[in-house]
Amino acid sequence: MTRYVRRFSKTERILHWANALGFLTLLGSGLVLYLPSLSVLVSRRPLMKDIHFWSGIGWVSLLAIIVVLGDRRGLLRLARELDAFDGDDLRWLRGGHAKQGRFNAGQKINATLTAAFTVLFLVSGMLLWLGERDTRFRFASTVVLHDGLMFAALALLVGHLYLALIHPATRHALRGMTLGTVSEDWAARHHAKWKPQ
Amino acid sequence: MAMEPDQSRKIGRGVFLLTVAGGLSSLAWGKAAWSKVSGVISPVAADIAPILPTQGWRIYTVSDHMPTFDPATWQLRVGGLVEKPATITYAQLRALPRVEQVSTFHCVTGWTVQNVHWGGVRITDVFGLVRPLPEAGAVQFVSAEQPYVDYLTMQQALLKDVMLAYEMNGKPLPREHGAPMRLVIPEMYGYKNVKWMAGINLVAHPQDGYWEQLGYDRDAWVGHSNGYSS
Repeated sequence: MTRYVRRFSKTERILHWANALGFLTLLGSGLVLYLPSLSVLVSRRPLMKDIHFWSGIGWVSLLAIIVVLGDRRGLLRLARELDAFDGDDLRWLRGGHAKQGRFNAGQKINATLTAAFTVLFLVSGMLLWLGERDTRFRFASTVVLHDGLMFAALALLVGHLYLALIHPATRHALRGMTLGTVSEDWAARHHAKWKPQ
Repeated sequence: MAMEPDQSRKIGRGVFLLTVAGGLSSLAWGKAAWSKVSGVISPVAADIAPILPTQGWRIYTVSDHMPTFDPATWQLRVGGLVEKPATITYAQLRALPRVEQVSTFHCVTGWTVQNVHWGGVRITDVFGLVRPLPEAGAVQFVSAEQPYVDYLTMQQALLKDVMLAYEMNGKPLPREHGAPMRLVIPEMYGYKNVKWMAGINLVAHPQDGYWEQLGYDRDAWVGHSNGYSS
């Protein structure tokens, strides 16, 4: 019989799915604002701008609420795990076979970049919104930053979705992010240094 | 970096801070860098992914309905301080002397489209039909996308590359770019380049247009207005 071990806490999973929901809503409404073909198809720019702006506010507010009301100690431990890279992590990043902890080095980089992109999306988005109202907040490169982030975040998302949904060796990880648990065998193969509590 | 498997370094925070710092600093260099990169990738990207705005255009509208164009019913009303108000049909518009120009389009939000090929008529040829009165000191451009309106002084309207464009890059002006006709004034930001032109009125003095009522500069010189100084 397959034995399962807990990989992600409830707070971690809620944070992940809230982030996914916010990002996808912003991506959809943002693409309507960005792509001429979709702008013509939808044609309701003022409404789409409102949806995009308030989704952004809702996104970061939701993340903040989850951090405040969730398992804060657990999240602090998570941040420490993502921060720490050991010799095996660096070897893994260079393409070598090395035992990994609860997160492999790629997942640590993905999570770290996603967090940094969130900050930059928020800052550049607020600058776009404020810049439409006050020239002091208007910079010629804000739109380049916001659009560039979208492409970078989209590239991360495509890789993430491939590994979580399609790649046979890794897609079992999706169970961890939905139900919270993964099989003990799979954990031993992919995260050999991780000692489940 | 040599490190034992059980030794660890706090590298994640460095990646986070460097990414945030790089992103924020791009507010100073992003546009210049992107201009160089897009010059190289645009011709290739247009073939690979025609859906992408590889030419750099964004479509901005202010109302919930993008105007549609019917050549059989479209009319341009030209009036105000003129001797002889006129209503110009699409066929009459196309019968006026046609000119072409290549100019760069700048949006106040920061994006730029270089080398746009425009075809259309000079405003003086339209003025020739209605004969402005001496007291006409400005021109009001009325869009079919209500309530969008904007103004130029007579001096600005008579700049040599101001055009009433009905063609873009060799094709009839697409709907999203203001079909059948838009104003083109390359010296000023895009919000002065009124799309979906429905009327032209000569008036004594310029007033604030749609975006100017929301705080943008009336004289929207590229690089010298709206908080920019280059």
